[in-house]
Amino acid sequence: MTTLEFTNVTKIYNVRGSGQIKALDDVSFTLESRKTIGLVGQSGSGKSTIAKILTQLEVPTRGEVLLDGAPIRRSGKGLRRYRQQLRMVFQDPFASLNPYHSIRHHIERPLRLDKVVPRDQVDDEVRRLLDRVRLDPDAILERRPHELSGGQRQRVAIARALASRPALLVADEPVSMLDVSIRLGVLNLLADLQREEGLGMLYITHDLATARHFSDEILVLNQGRVVERGPADDVILHPKDPYTRELRAASPDPEEFFRTASAQAAASTHSLGGMR
Amino acid sequence: MPDPLLSIRDFSVVYDVDPPVRAVSNVDIEIQRGEIVGLAGESGSGKTTLAYGVQRLLKPPAVITSGSVVFHDESGEDIDLHSLNAEQMRRFRWDRISMVFQGAMNALNPVATIGSQLDDVFVVHRPGMNRRQRRDAVAELLDIVKVGAARARSYPHELSGGMRQRVMIAMALALHPQLMVMDEPTTALDVLVQREILKQISQLRREFGFSVVFITHDLPLLLEISDRIAIMREGKIVEFATAQQIWTDPQHEYTRSLLRSFPRLTGEKSVVVR
Repeated sequence: MTTLEFTNVTKIYNVRGSGQIKALDDVSFTLESRKTIGLVGQSGSGKSTIAKILTQLEVPTRGEVLLDGAPIRRSGKGLRRYRQQLRMVFQDPFASLNPYHSIRHHIERPLRLDKVVPRDQVDDEVRRLLDRVRLDPDAILERRPHELSGGQRQRVAIARALASRPALLVADEPVSMLDVSIRLGVLNLLADLQREEGLGMLYITHDLATARHFSDEILVLNQGRVVERGPADDVILHPKDPYTRELRAASPDPEEFFRTASAQAAASTHSLGGMR
Repeated sequence: MPDPLLSIRDFSVVYDVDPPVRAVSNVDIEIQRGEIVGLAGESGSGKTTLAYGVQRLLKPPAVITSGSVVFHDESGEDIDLHSLNAEQMRRFRWDRISMVFQGAMNALNPVATIGSQLDDVFVVHRPGMNRRQRRDAVAELLDIVKVGAARARSYPHELSGGMRQRVMIAMALALHPQLMVMDEPTTALDVLVQREILKQISQLRREFGFSVVFITHDLPLLLEISDRIAIMREGKIVEFATAQQIWTDPQHEYTRSLLRSFPRLTGEKSVVVR
């Protein structure tokens, strides 16, 4: 059981010329094994700042991040151990894989750096990880990222994140750049892995539909502040905060749309403007 | 009462590589004046190739192997696109059919102001306009798409993604085309900006009466904004019906599987197995 506490974190950026920008304002949540927190909000709401602080790319201005009750070291072995515990899956699977290197290299590297398994077992472990993400090791090991589809690339990125056997995974829009028909497969893979490995997951997205299906708890972020939080269904189906309502209203929802359309029987020429 | 704007018959495109790829096969589709047609399908289904092919924007190795495209102009004249020569085609494009390209936000020239890029459209297609008329027209366009005339002197990097996308829409509107083809125009934007832009497209359509072909793989979105939806798979249109019919009574198995593949915002929670 691993617990990560994000307590009263405020992050202020000094911007040349225009003073200070408060990217996060007193944000708190607890990420723990076997639990998924969905983090939703529009561009600029502070989602990525949270991810940056979690990965220690940025340091909070106020507040702290505790792993199992202890503050995180900012350098050396302590930082390394922390990063081994918490891994990240990025949005763009093309940009996050090195085009010059084979898939084998991508998965081997964290195994060697973190000495996850003895040297002579590295090859077996690479294969096991690719199996885990439902990729055929023989077909894929020696390929380069450009030879794979977007969905396959994202699976490689997930296998790489799992290599150091983390307890927590931060997934920043992991499916938004994939085809709709492939998204579901990758989301279901993440859900399976979470169940089987007992991962704690932070799912960052602006897609309310997948956030609802994928998360236990949802946090809605607006201009750096958590404006609403609660069990996924409560937040999405019965939003209380005006901003959450606005997000919900802007998300495509054919079910609701056709219910309203048939209610208005005059559905002969429904137009964009009549959407909501 | 059908009032066709564009009739595409038996249209096929082959990528002449080894082995040849049939990207679009024998597509028949008719777009009515003033309607929004959604074109859905996964990557590689041929939706972009079809849209480009119709306007003969494809480059080798793509070859149009069969078919005809007839544009029924509002003047009453029928224009067979394949009989136009290069110069006539150049003048036809943008004037009658304009496009908002995929990743359009990044299609703007980074070292030119957006005003000068809009100005270019008039310089090329409306040589009769003088400098002052062009400046007024550019200002009006920027106001229409709610970027604001004051931003004419901004460079693309000074605008947000949503604003750059609006500039691209302004550019597509410039010559009052009868058809706008939009290829994934809002995919990279967040939901609030996306919704705002969609509302604006709809409002502009009501005002100017153009038709829209909206290409995307986002079926939930298409269901809400389209009058009719064409589902494309492996170069063929497997189903073409009103949005309502696609939603309530899909005929093709592939359409059904597409509908099943997206998580519902408020509906059943069965798709993601947790």
